[in-house]
Amino acid sequence: MKLVPCPLNGWRPASEFAYGGPVEEMPDPQQCTDEEWMHYVYGHDGAPGVQKEWWYHNASGTWFVAERDTAADKFIRSYLP
Amino acid sequence: MAHQLLRFAMYKDHPEPRMFNTPDELQDSYDVVIIGGGGHGLAAAYYLAKDHGITNVAVLEKGYIGGGNTGRNTTIVRSNYLTPEGVQFYDKSVRLFQDLSQDFDLNIFYSTRGHYTLAHTEGSLNTMRWRAEVNKHFDVDSEVVYPNEIRRDVPEMNLECGGEMPVMGALYHAPGAIARHDAVAWGYGKGASLRGAEIHQKTEVTGINIESGRVTGVETNRGTINTKKVLCAVAGFTPRLTEMAGFSTPIQIRPLQAAVSEPHKPWLDTIIVSGTLHTYINQSSRGELVMGSSLDPYELHSTRSSLDFTEGLIDNALDLFPFTSELKVVRQWAGMADITPDFAPIMGKTPVEGFYLDSGWGTWGFKATPVSGKTMSELVATDRVPELIEPFRLSRFTENRLMGERAAASVGH
Repeated sequence: MKLVPCPLNGWRPASEFAYGGPVEEMPDPQQCTDEEWMHYVYGHDGAPGVQKEWWYHNASGTWFVAERDTAADKFIRSYLP
Repeated sequence: MAHQLLRFAMYKDHPEPRMFNTPDELQDSYDVVIIGGGGHGLAAAYYLAKDHGITNVAVLEKGYIGGGNTGRNTTIVRSNYLTPEGVQFYDKSVRLFQDLSQDFDLNIFYSTRGHYTLAHTEGSLNTMRWRAEVNKHFDVDSEVVYPNEIRRDVPEMNLECGGEMPVMGALYHAPGAIARHDAVAWGYGKGASLRGAEIHQKTEVTGINIESGRVTGVETNRGTINTKKVLCAVAGFTPRLTEMAGFSTPIQIRPLQAAVSEPHKPWLDTIIVSGTLHTYINQSSRGELVMGSSLDPYELHSTRSSLDFTEGLIDNALDLFPFTSELKVVRQWAGMADITPDFAPIMGKTPVEGFYLDSGWGTWGFKATPVSGKTMSELVATDRVPELIEPFRLSRFTENRLMGERAAASVGH
């Protein structure tokens, strides 16, 4: 079974988690161009590599950030935001 | 006998290749380079030669032809989409599919089965009604049917679904079909090769050469190729290629898994899909149940399959067909799917001139093979975007004109 490292609860089965997508910095909506905003909403560099992601532990209601290698499917570390 | 066998083993040109030539040498330049020797890439090569007379074409495949998602899908062909653009696009594809066996002089085992998308809630039944109306408007045969009709047509199905999610109705799509997916790739490969296109297997693209915004060639593990036109048709690998070309797309890669049971006597004539139960099932001509489920829950660039998938899939499939509980799963696998935010493909021109993209095929690529080949070859040959694929342009994301095809994806994602 696939395990996910929760910073509060340790390694738990993946079925207890929801994936929240990559962590991306939000541009200032007042300052940025339409193109920058659309890139933030939809654009995403999907190439394989180590990616910072949002994960949610359903049982304890915890959002946290994990760094994961999307090619090797290995978690490198996880921490509270 | 032994002498003859030995002669065949030593003599390279004999017996003749069954499907397509495998040239030894890469040329220095081609009119068009197609990256990806799956159904889409080979179909584009085929129509470039057949419709446009362009035969100085190289198809580069890093593995073997049809070994990616072409050989990993669940072989379903249908056109019961939700948006007018999607319905028209896939309808054209279904019509092309119906003639392919004749065109190729090769049996692709095209079998019209009828396709049921089950509704287990009032909400999904409403979406079915919506889809049926859009379909009918474009002359695509779809209608909403209710439990009595489904019971008559598929008596083996348990409409109570274990009591929790009874079937309330379905969208019935009569032209829904299955086809032998490998044969589609072979047929296109054979047809392209006969007309002069070169198919190079085990040839991996490692770089895209660009000068002042224009593509000038590609780097491969077998050397550099000069070309002014590159078509990228690499489902599952698109982000790696667009990264080489210096632009990004909203595509994420997620594994999509499938499984087949051991063969048994024919009993399931139709194709059954349930978005709510994350299950789709058809019976192959060999008697296997071919089954799929929803996408894996997170991004992953790998074709590993998982126990979680099989358990979840079978749990739901048994709600529909409890009597299959004794059947064994003999094989399971995964493909890497290009997932876009609106569940529609990305086809057309890119910020790099001469670099054309045929991508974003997520969970709906096999059924588009003929029409994508037809339209992308027209785009590559003429540099004009065919009307049929204009709505699927990459720039729709910056224009905020998304397609909204999610409700017509086979499974809940």
